[in-house]
Amino acid sequence: MAKQINVALIGNPNTGKTSVFNRLTGMNQKVGNYPGITVEKKEGTCKFGRNCKVHILDLPGTYSLNASSLDENVVIELLLNKNDKDFPDVAVVVADVENLKRNLLLFTQIKDLGIPTILAINMSDRMKRKAITLDVPLLEKKLNTKIALISSRKNLGFDYLKELIENYNQLPTKPCLNASNIAPEYFDRLQKAFPNQDLYKLWLVITQDVNFGKLDRNELQGVASFKTESTSNLKRLQQKETIARYKFINETLKETLHVDTAKAKDLRSRLDRVLTHKVWGYVIFFGILLLIFQAIFDWSAYPMDFIDSSFASLSEWAKNTLPPGDFSSLIAEGIIPGLGGIVIFIPQIAFLFLFISILEETGYMSRVVFLMDKLMRRFGLSGKSVVPLVAGTACAIPAIMATRNIENWKERLITILVTPFTTCSARLPVYLIIISLVIPDTRVLGIFSLQGLTLMFMYILGFGAAILSAYILDKILKVRSKSFFVVEMPNYKVPLAKNVIITVIEKTKAFVFGAGKIILAISIILWVLASYGPGDFNDAEEIVKSEYASQNLSDDDLEMHINSFKLEHSYIGHVGQFIEPAVRPLGYDWKIGIALVSSFAAREVFVGTLATIYSVGSDDEQTIKSRMAAEVNPVLGGPLFNFASGISLLLFYAFAMQCMSTLAIVKKETNSWKWPMWQLVVMTVIAYVVSLAAYQFLR
Amino acid sequence: MLTIASLKKGQRGIIKEFSVDVVPLKLLEMGCLPGNEVTLVQIAPFRDPLYLNINGSHLAIRLEMASKIEIDLI
Repeated sequence: MAKQINVALIGNPNTGKTSVFNRLTGMNQKVGNYPGITVEKKEGTCKFGRNCKVHILDLPGTYSLNASSLDENVVIELLLNKNDKDFPDVAVVVADVENLKRNLLLFTQIKDLGIPTILAINMSDRMKRKAITLDVPLLEKKLNTKIALISSRKNLGFDYLKELIENYNQLPTKPCLNASNIAPEYFDRLQKAFPNQDLYKLWLVITQDVNFGKLDRNELQGVASFKTESTSNLKRLQQKETIARYKFINETLKETLHVDTAKAKDLRSRLDRVLTHKVWGYVIFFGILLLIFQAIFDWSAYPMDFIDSSFASLSEWAKNTLPPGDFSSLIAEGIIPGLGGIVIFIPQIAFLFLFISILEETGYMSRVVFLMDKLMRRFGLSGKSVVPLVAGTACAIPAIMATRNIENWKERLITILVTPFTTCSARLPVYLIIISLVIPDTRVLGIFSLQGLTLMFMYILGFGAAILSAYILDKILKVRSKSFFVVEMPNYKVPLAKNVIITVIEKTKAFVFGAGKIILAISIILWVLASYGPGDFNDAEEIVKSEYASQNLSDDDLEMHINSFKLEHSYIGHVGQFIEPAVRPLGYDWKIGIALVSSFAAREVFVGTLATIYSVGSDDEQTIKSRMAAEVNPVLGGPLFNFASGISLLLFYAFAMQCMSTLAIVKKETNSWKWPMWQLVVMTVIAYVVSLAAYQFLR
Repeated sequence: MLTIASLKKGQRGIIKEFSVDVVPLKLLEMGCLPGNEVTLVQIAPFRDPLYLNINGSHLAIRLEMASKIEIDLI
């Protein structure tokens, strides 16, 4: 009979916890969400020998069990709830050998819960270079645990760690220190009220309630209301607890850990001197951004062209192979172009996350926060807003979720409100296709492509709009909040290829299956709306035939006229013509109007919509781009996508709030409809006015 | 009054006692405790925030917070 062991990986941020998880599980992992909240849940399995299956849960990184964020709350909720199906048989606390002192704080707390706990000291390969020596047997004795010295980078010590996990029932469960010493009288009363419960657990439930105010476990019911101390007294006790723990840790490490600082080679300070330099720091940061945009535009063009033409020929193939009828045209003109509209994003999203995860992995992101904080604060933001703003270049949704680590509520609210201005990946295809239509493909100074520079300008414009509106919001918003900011400056590390690749795959998958669903659904709806219509639509053939009867057209030409007549009189044609008066001053026709309306659900729908609209009724395997280039402005003549209307469209997409999912997440994070509605109205008005001005000026 | 904010780059100090209302718990958890040694590692452009090494932990805090944490120079 195979046994299953539940393991929880717990640790501070920046301890390489995720690399340990990746080492243990390989690709046998899945990422989901904890029910009802947006915290990411990573779990995986691995096999030890033949009879032992291990389920591993990678809990969000936390500095302690005193939760101050939703992520940290998840850790405590799980550890306090014995009935949870994921409740660990054994906890593996991952620590970084260079930050052992701080990492042990969390370890002692977990240990005091009475859960069998293994201490996995990671990055042990760096001990020699950093001149660190550790008396492992003595430390094991002092901490009442088993220690595995591991290195996820060099793949060291994992066999021993697995052995420890397999034999978890031999681990001592004695706590490290007695938390009740900090206030004996109070803890006595607590124990008397709940004689069957573990004291430290009771204490966590009570303080947890102070911080979060919701916890309802059958066996622990009533504990939270047992408050015989004021909130500020409880906080003082939490402080005392932390001090007591550090005292224990300092004494323990004094005997077991030795660092010969004279021998340590310090890469950190040398790199910091350059990367946080008041001139070079900014030059390097700007250079990295430039590289990222060049990659997204230049390098991903090849796979994208390939995907675009493959889907065009697939659609053509489906049309010719399947028996004619509504069903096959749904597949060839609705579903396949719709799918193509999703898949075509993959190269760019993958590139973006490749860079973002490398910057995070190396520890450089924290330096950016440090470098930018004062600058950002002038605009009512925080240095930590840089991460959401940069992440917003992928997608506003995770970016807005990433604002949670901004401690100051006003700075956080402003970051949430302005993040949708940054150029998310959904805008990218719109920009790419329009830029390639209206900006000449030439080089500036022999190296930079003009199209690439235009794209970079669009990104700068997005950031500029975000920063400027933050500045205005900072002046008009009257929100009082306590200012507090702390950011860890981790050691520099060479990124692990495996971690980077897994992040890229995960994020791309999340996009394809998350946003992809919306795009596909809308593509199908659009196809239906474009393929059916009221009144004249159904008599299209006779009407066109009689209209052109005198001109003696070839069959092909007649077919084309019938198709465009059909599109114009379909349901979607009616919608487009209804809104045309509103979009004509911006330089658009009714087809673009439809694309604009449908992309209020999600921007990325724009290209898919045009693809669907233009492929309904056309029967050669042209790519979307060549079809768009061939469109003629019905009023003025000349190409519909010219410089003026192209710029106007670019600007509209830069400013408009066109994403239902973002509105939903903003509602969730700010807990009110006020802020998302405010975003929707203000951003759309700005977009309309700016595009109008640009078109009228450039025309 | 000497605080972390009055340190010069490379200077060290010992953190004095402070009250719970001044310093958030999160900062304590990261090692900013009375009796611990603090070194000013680096100052960001525009003199804020400050990059510190407290008790072996590297972290950055703002000048405003730093000016509330009293120290003795060593």
